[in-house]
Amino acid sequence: MTSFDNAQTLTFNVGPHHSAAIGPLRMKVRTDGEMVVSCEPDVGYLHRGIEKLAERMTWTGFMPYTDRVDYLSAIHCNLAYALAVESLAGIAVPERAQTIRVLVGELNRLGSHLLAVGHLANQLGAETALMYALRDRERINNLFEMLCGARLTYSYVRIGGVAADVTEGFIEKTYEFVEYLMPKLKEYHDLLSNNRVFMGRLAHVGVISPATAIDCGLTGPTLRASGVKYDTRKMQPYSGYQKFDFDVPVGKGEVGAVGDAFDRYIVRMRELEQAVSIIKQALDALPEGQFSTALPRLFKAPKGEAYAAVESPRGTLGVYVSSSGEKNPARVKFRTPSFAALNLFPDLFKNIPLSDVGTIVGSLDIMVSEVDR
Amino acid sequence: MGILENAFPEYVVFSQLDKAINWARENSISYLTMDLACCGVEMAQVAGGRFDIERFGAVAQVSPRHADLMIVAGTITYKMASRIRQLYEQMPHPRYVLSMGSCSNCGGMFSWEYSYSAVSGVDKLIPVDVFVPGCPPRPEALLHGLITLQRRIAGQRVLVRDELSVVRGANGNP
Ligand code: SF4
Repeated sequence: MTSFDNAQTLTFNVGPHHSAAIGPLRMKVRTDGEMVVSCEPDVGYLHRGIEKLAERMTWTGFMPYTDRVDYLSAIHCNLAYALAVESLAGIAVPERAQTIRVLVGELNRLGSHLLAVGHLANQLGAETALMYALRDRERINNLFEMLCGARLTYSYVRIGGVAADVTEGFIEKTYEFVEYLMPKLKEYHDLLSNNRVFMGRLAHVGVISPATAIDCGLTGPTLRASGVKYDTRKMQPYSGYQKFDFDVPVGKGEVGAVGDAFDRYIVRMRELEQAVSIIKQALDALPEGQFSTALPRLFKAPKGEAYAAVESPRGTLGVYVSSSGEKNPARVKFRTPSFAALNLFPDLFKNIPLSDVGTIVGSLDIMVSEVDR
Repeated sequence: MGILENAFPEYVVFSQLDKAINWARENSISYLTMDLACCGVEMAQVAGGRFDIERFGAVAQVSPRHADLMIVAGTITYKMASRIRQLYEQMPHPRYVLSMGSCSNCGGMFSWEYSYSAVSGVDKLIPVDVFVPGCPPRPEALLHGLITLQRRIAGQRVLVRDELSVVRGANGNP
């Protein structure tokens, strides 16, 4: 549906099929020659009504649906919902369950960031990097399969703990994986970070100033790349993150300006290293004990409301739950990080070459299921 | 195949030619990736190193005009439904559809009983050749779906007259 608005500009659609984001996102792009004049996102192609569905599910039965809110970081969605319900009902979570939650959360973060980096590289035509990312993600999928039987949609974190204790051999395999991944990260750096073409395509592209980032409500690696040191894991520690020792990498404008696409890329790469270090600490310090608190068969949360937030790979993922004392939630609302990133579109896509559209969307790591829910 | 399609009697020479054409078709499938939701990630994973769908001659395509097979992976919402139909119509003959995952098979967790915004199955929109169950299906299941489709293609009549072709339309596709 291409149309000439007047003699000057041309409007066309990027997406919804095969847009630069992960999932169906439509962007109405207006161009003047090779330059983009404006870009308007059109969301809703993956609106599945998950929040409404919650009202018909039992408290525990809604858990598999939280996987589908952000399927690349299913554990974090599970966790945010579980934390919200736990704080509402005042359920204490055993130490061991908390550490397992951190462990699987960071494993999930590795998988998500790897795909984000590979996807960004693929946007620039570097398909090799995507294949590397898929290869390493496959190992993470294997670990999860060993843990809970699912490769993508885990539902492993449950209200009161986790679904089952770590399986036999999981700890050793995870140690093995961590040892495997560290040298591989250097491979990514050789392939991408030190690649002049890659730097050239990303430097000074899609610069987001710290003030704009905060105004738009950005969180996660996208915000940190603009030089703002904000991480939910540090600011409002949950699930025992205060016991772990890790850095929060921020963008420094290494090859271009602070807050450009390269910074967003390199922050993700640094976070991979941090996640590996957290996984090691969690494996070393895995306490003994229960993996879950027993819930009554028909669990009913008391009247009231609660909010919990976790740091998902894309930023702060918050869940608000409201209960009327019934066996199903009165309202569940997700606050998702990718949705905030869409606020940037009108400002970001102005006077840039058309070839940068894919780069910028790829570097923002937009997950459409999370935008639409 | 145009006017040659199903135009010849069942002689050995034509059925052998059919075999050759089908052999070429089944082993050089270009698939259009309809990456709609969670299942799309597993579809990407199948193109990766471990499962490597290219072993079976299938290559991902992003343009419908170059594709023979559409792999519909994910939840189909009412807003997306018309786009799927449109993309399907842009594909050249012979065209096939593989539905991957419960959502595109029948609606799955988001079927009409639950969700107000999702279509209960892609077969409401376009004809489907192979259904692959699972939420999401394992990569091996998708590969099995592809092999099933290849077997189906191998049994098709291209040049030789097919009595049912009048009912079914060209190449079994309505
Ligand atoms: S079948 Fe399951 S995994 Fe696949 S798109 Fe539907 S909900 Fe997601």
